[in-house]
Amino acid sequence: MGTSLEFHFVFSALGVGMPFFMVVIEALWLRTGDRAYYSLARTWSKAMAAVFAVGAVSGTIISFELGLLWPEFMRYAGAIIGVPFSMEGFAFFIEAIFVGIYLYGWDRLKPFIHWLCGLPIVLGGALSAFFVMTANAWMNTPAGFRIVNGHVADVDPIAAMFNPAWRTEVPHTMIACYLFTAFLLASIYALKVLKGGDGSAQRALRVAMVCALVLAPTQIVVGDMSARFDAHAQPEKFAALEGQFKTESGAPLRIGGFPDRATHKTRGAIEIPYGLSFLATGNPHAVIRGLDDFPQDRIPNPVLVHPFFQLMVGFGFLMLFVALWWLFASRIFREVRARALLWAIVVMGPAALIAMESGWMVTEEGRQPWAARGYFLVSQSVTPANGVDVTFLGFSVIYILLAVTLLWLLVRIDRTSPEELTDVG
Amino acid sequence: MWADVLAALLGLLAVILYAILAGADFGGGVWDLLASGPRAVRQREAIGAAMGPVWETNHVWLIFLVVLIFTCFPSVFATLGIALFVPLSLALLGIVLRGAAFAFRGPAYRDLPTHKVWGVIFGVSSLATPFLFGASAGGIATGSFSWTRPMSIAVGFFAIALCAQLAAVYLTVETRSALRGDFRQRAYYATIAVAVAGLVALATGAAGEPALISHLRAPLPIAIIAIAMLLGIVVLVLLRLDYVHWARVAVAAEVTAVLCAWYAAQAPYILSELGVTAPAAPHLTLLIFLWTCLLGGVVLVPSMLLLFAVFKREPID
Repeated sequence: MGTSLEFHFVFSALGVGMPFFMVVIEALWLRTGDRAYYSLARTWSKAMAAVFAVGAVSGTIISFELGLLWPEFMRYAGAIIGVPFSMEGFAFFIEAIFVGIYLYGWDRLKPFIHWLCGLPIVLGGALSAFFVMTANAWMNTPAGFRIVNGHVADVDPIAAMFNPAWRTEVPHTMIACYLFTAFLLASIYALKVLKGGDGSAQRALRVAMVCALVLAPTQIVVGDMSARFDAHAQPEKFAALEGQFKTESGAPLRIGGFPDRATHKTRGAIEIPYGLSFLATGNPHAVIRGLDDFPQDRIPNPVLVHPFFQLMVGFGFLMLFVALWWLFASRIFREVRARALLWAIVVMGPAALIAMESGWMVTEEGRQPWAARGYFLVSQSVTPANGVDVTFLGFSVIYILLAVTLLWLLVRIDRTSPEELTDVG
Repeated sequence: MWADVLAALLGLLAVILYAILAGADFGGGVWDLLASGPRAVRQREAIGAAMGPVWETNHVWLIFLVVLIFTCFPSVFATLGIALFVPLSLALLGIVLRGAAFAFRGPAYRDLPTHKVWGVIFGVSSLATPFLFGASAGGIATGSFSWTRPMSIAVGFFAIALCAQLAAVYLTVETRSALRGDFRQRAYYATIAVAVAGLVALATGAAGEPALISHLRAPLPIAIIAIAMLLGIVVLVLLRLDYVHWARVAVAAEVTAVLCAWYAAQAPYILSELGVTAPAAPHLTLLIFLWTCLLGGVVLVPSMLLLFAVFKREPID
């Protein structure tokens, strides 16, 4: 399940992010009449076709696997959190319909109408992400029902959807989708510029970096809100994020380091005194609960959480740094030729991917052993059917195959010249 | 009570739309695999062009169905997921490979060495997926929840034939001249295959599934099956007369009738056989779900009409 989600997240993040950039670049073409924007829009539209197809099928895997791998969880929670999924279903319908019209309609529709048909894709993608993340937030902070005599009662699907965690988790994840896409595009086109690319690569790079410049700092602010939310709503997750074993006042902020479960210490971290207490509450002497303070069979494994949290935050700040560097080096949105900066942007593509996937690890592993925190364990969720291991292996292989093929094709597409592309579709 | 009935009927609607829309896309894959003769390449291109803009939208009906079941009937969802773990996992694999292969073998990648491989994967997964869904449906209908019994396997082949028939008939509308002749020929073959596979499925049922047959022997299922058979003949006649647009309507109606017969035959006992005591979700969940469908439908229906208006009005050259 987790593996499927990791992969689906990459494809769907691109599925959410790419339409936005496609529509922006087509709008620039319509406004300026610059052919370079047109050929970029056509290239991205081709890439989008493959990305969306893989995103759609990997999304199907998720909806099936909920029943195939976690049937008992769905028996328990389906009626509570099904509603946002059904709303997502409609958002996805709209997205799929207009993807069809947009990708295949280049020569059938007038340019402005064609551009308009791109907007529902952006909206549908954003709404899909919104709805599905409210369901994930529910798993962190279940709401909208009561347990009466061991049975679910008084189900209120709307209250379940707008559970406490949605305010921080939903925007954080959605921004991640756009930020990752921005840096992926920036990375590809920075590489093109390094290889002596033309004006169109510079234009694409600029569009991507302007978005990155807006999103990177926003993401850090939202991420901070998210961590502070965890500090009081999911203290055991917060302790795992920060590698905090002991309950203490004036807890230090640990940068890096490796949590050692045997000695109950996080080794090798740079410790900033009072930093964690201050960040979590605003009071440097506040008490932070450590993992040792919770029942040991009801806490996440910090080894799978703390390092990924460090990766996510570290790369988050690195992205901000590179975006600012670009702002100054480009003397506010002009073309850049500084090789060091271009290479830094190239590296930020994979870095953004690692940051996003680490974030997913943090939220999923940080919730363990619960499927719905405080109510239902992952171990209660899984299917009694045989052959789960084989299925798991099979799907992992398929996912890797798809990811590799998709990447390879995307690279190839980028090499094909726009003239060749105009006659297909 | 009315809310869960309405939700179940919406489920039937989703099954029908998935079958007559996405079923044809699977059938397209079958004909891609079987493309032959002097126009084999053009046949494949016509299939690709017909599917391209619409297959993802058609596929969403399946997602809608899955979501409907787990929101409105969570216990059914859990039980089916456990009982049909193997065929549904394999069908899922087929769906993934089919969708990805269709994208990866698209015209933008025509000159790449992998094009042929993905083309074959596209065809084979288009063949396997409807078989697995059909066999699962057969397993549900017989109440055995086994997809390997003779009747389930026969229903699997019946599903492949239906998909191939849908695709061939639809493609006669979307192509011209010689290419149309090719697909009309294929539509004849497929209709005959549907008749044979359908009769074999009924025969295996009569031989080994007394429970199902006793349910089918009610007036309503018998009437629906008769209508389906009649529509199959109507399809042949309309194709012969070259009324391809009407043939398209007739074949969609035929598949709808087949699914309605399946639904009518199994509706009374599917849930009790599974030992599901509280099948439907709480009333409020059903209500919000139905409102979501109503509001979503207001946006969905015109969008879908637009999609078909843009791409399905004229034949492909």
